[in-house]
Amino acid sequence: MMEILTWTYLLVGLTFALYIGIAIWSRAGSTKEFYVAGGGVSPLANGMATAADWMSAASFISMAGLIAFAGYDGSVYLMGWTGGYVLLALLLAPYLRKFGKFTVPDFVGDRYYSNTARVVAVICALFISFVYVAGQMRGVGIVFSRYLEVPIEWGVVIGMIIVFFYAVLGGMKGITYTQVAQYCVLIFAYMVPAIFISMQLTGNPIPQLGFGGEVEAGVSLLDKLDGVLDDLGFAAYTDGRKSMTDMFMITLALMVGTAGLPHVIVRFFTVPRVKDARLSAGYALVFIAILYTTAPAVAAFGIYNAINSTSEKPISELPTWVQTWQKTNLIQVEDKNGDGVVQYLADPNTNELQIDKDIMVLASPEIAELPNWVVGLVAAGAMAAALSTAAGLLLVISTSVSRDLFKTFRPEISEKKELRIARIAAAGAVILAGYFGVNPPGFVAQVVAFAFGLAAASFFPVILLGIFSTRINKEGAIFGMLVGLVFTLGYITYFKFISPEQNTAEYWWFGVSPEGIGSIGMILNFIVCVLVSRFTPAPPASIQEMVEEIRIPRGAGKAIDH
Amino acid sequence: MPLDPKHKTKVYWKKNLQTLVVLLLIWFLVSFGFGILWVEELNTIPLGGFKLGFWFAQQGSIYVFVLLIFAYVYWMNRLDRKFDVDEE
Repeated sequence: MMEILTWTYLLVGLTFALYIGIAIWSRAGSTKEFYVAGGGVSPLANGMATAADWMSAASFISMAGLIAFAGYDGSVYLMGWTGGYVLLALLLAPYLRKFGKFTVPDFVGDRYYSNTARVVAVICALFISFVYVAGQMRGVGIVFSRYLEVPIEWGVVIGMIIVFFYAVLGGMKGITYTQVAQYCVLIFAYMVPAIFISMQLTGNPIPQLGFGGEVEAGVSLLDKLDGVLDDLGFAAYTDGRKSMTDMFMITLALMVGTAGLPHVIVRFFTVPRVKDARLSAGYALVFIAILYTTAPAVAAFGIYNAINSTSEKPISELPTWVQTWQKTNLIQVEDKNGDGVVQYLADPNTNELQIDKDIMVLASPEIAELPNWVVGLVAAGAMAAALSTAAGLLLVISTSVSRDLFKTFRPEISEKKELRIARIAAAGAVILAGYFGVNPPGFVAQVVAFAFGLAAASFFPVILLGIFSTRINKEGAIFGMLVGLVFTLGYITYFKFISPEQNTAEYWWFGVSPEGIGSIGMILNFIVCVLVSRFTPAPPASIQEMVEEIRIPRGAGKAIDH
Repeated sequence: MPLDPKHKTKVYWKKNLQTLVVLLLIWFLVSFGFGILWVEELNTIPLGGFKLGFWFAQQGSIYVFVLLIFAYVYWMNRLDRKFDVDEE
């Protein structure tokens, strides 16, 4: 029987070799290939690539655990991070594909005939992407250190080299096809333990059905869980603790933010036709939904198993996985009252068990007593999730620098030179992201969740209005973006960094937490954008014609065959 | 039925907007409606081992989202062909 470590090295090594092989095969030769993979990606492949791009280390490792401890409140992530694709498919993707350029700032700059608007958009895109990518590199480092027993720093460096290879060489073309492979790896790694655990617990191999299954004759898993948590002093699993207003606002901010994230939007520039953009949004959501409907089941199974195998059990008889993961401090047992038995309770003074949220996925193969290769598979899956998202973000950063900044202000540079600048920018971004991965500034973890609020409050309204109204002008767009961004950033900074002690419902405006404030920022952006446009001159006739033009599918730019 | 191109484009856009409104109403209903605003009322109705409101919040809304996008793809492709603005 092979050791866990051997399996992990083998599976992670094999998947890395696969990614590098794909990168060499799909090198980018032109800027169009580097930015949008030549625009010739099939809708199905783009759907998979989008799903891998979208599902980050946090989705893979942490989300199930987050839901396990939040219960019904965790629904904001499930609805928020999937519902945004409906907005994307219906309101943005087809029109941006018809517009036919390479980046979100491209659209904002052209539609609002203003380089000021373009630069504001570039700043938003860079800020959102940097915050997000630092978290991914950190995720790579953590997975390496937990599974391969190398220091976090080395893990980050190895991750940097791999990403460097295919993002810098292959550009969007390389990234797209590695992301397709990464999706397959990550979804397989997520589903195998989930299916086995579902079978063990409820007898149903489909986690989405096992979620509603019975754990004892006549008692459903969720009812049982509600009862158990209630006995220990926690809120019932299926009940909410957040206010309805806050639930509403957070879900809205996550949905709209998803639709406004530049690394997601840019994926829809890579397909040949407008109808492919619509279809590939559908495929993307199918691939995402497979994981996102499994995650809440994994969450409920995980918390049920964790409580069942520890609560009121003698410390000497705890299962081996508890002992293994105690070494990494992801589970901590402290026998406060000295009775030799674990008490898991809501009251922090008498509670003797601390469980980290990441354990629900990371330890799932051991909890289900699955063979060692499954552990290696989960490690490879987590790595695939982190690397694919990091690569997508790095591409946005490098494109913003080479195209939206350099090419805009130095239009005479040759394509060859532009491509070189894009590669240098990608390399620079990898190194910077790696640096932040090794030395994470304290604010990164805090801020990642807010990238959505910022995307919601800055991009979404001006892109939407730019398509659905011909009257919105550059003054409206610039003021709208700035007001949305400054308001949201200000609110978050105040409650998270200046006065964190006031970060309670009592002090929040209209009862909206910093996580949900992007929704208010978005509404402000809309209002300012419309009002300012009304009192300033209409856009030139050529722009109004352009808007009419992007509403009609026929005539989208030709793609380069692969 | 001969239509002048300008008028045809207008009608196409109007039909497009109508499709969007219908689909987005359903989008709002299953997530914000069933999953958040009326979750407590729906939770009194059982669905297998789930409470209905909770099921919509953590499962049902996502399934409906997927269906909505494919319904949109189908309707828009039909609309594009009808108004002769589809791609080759």
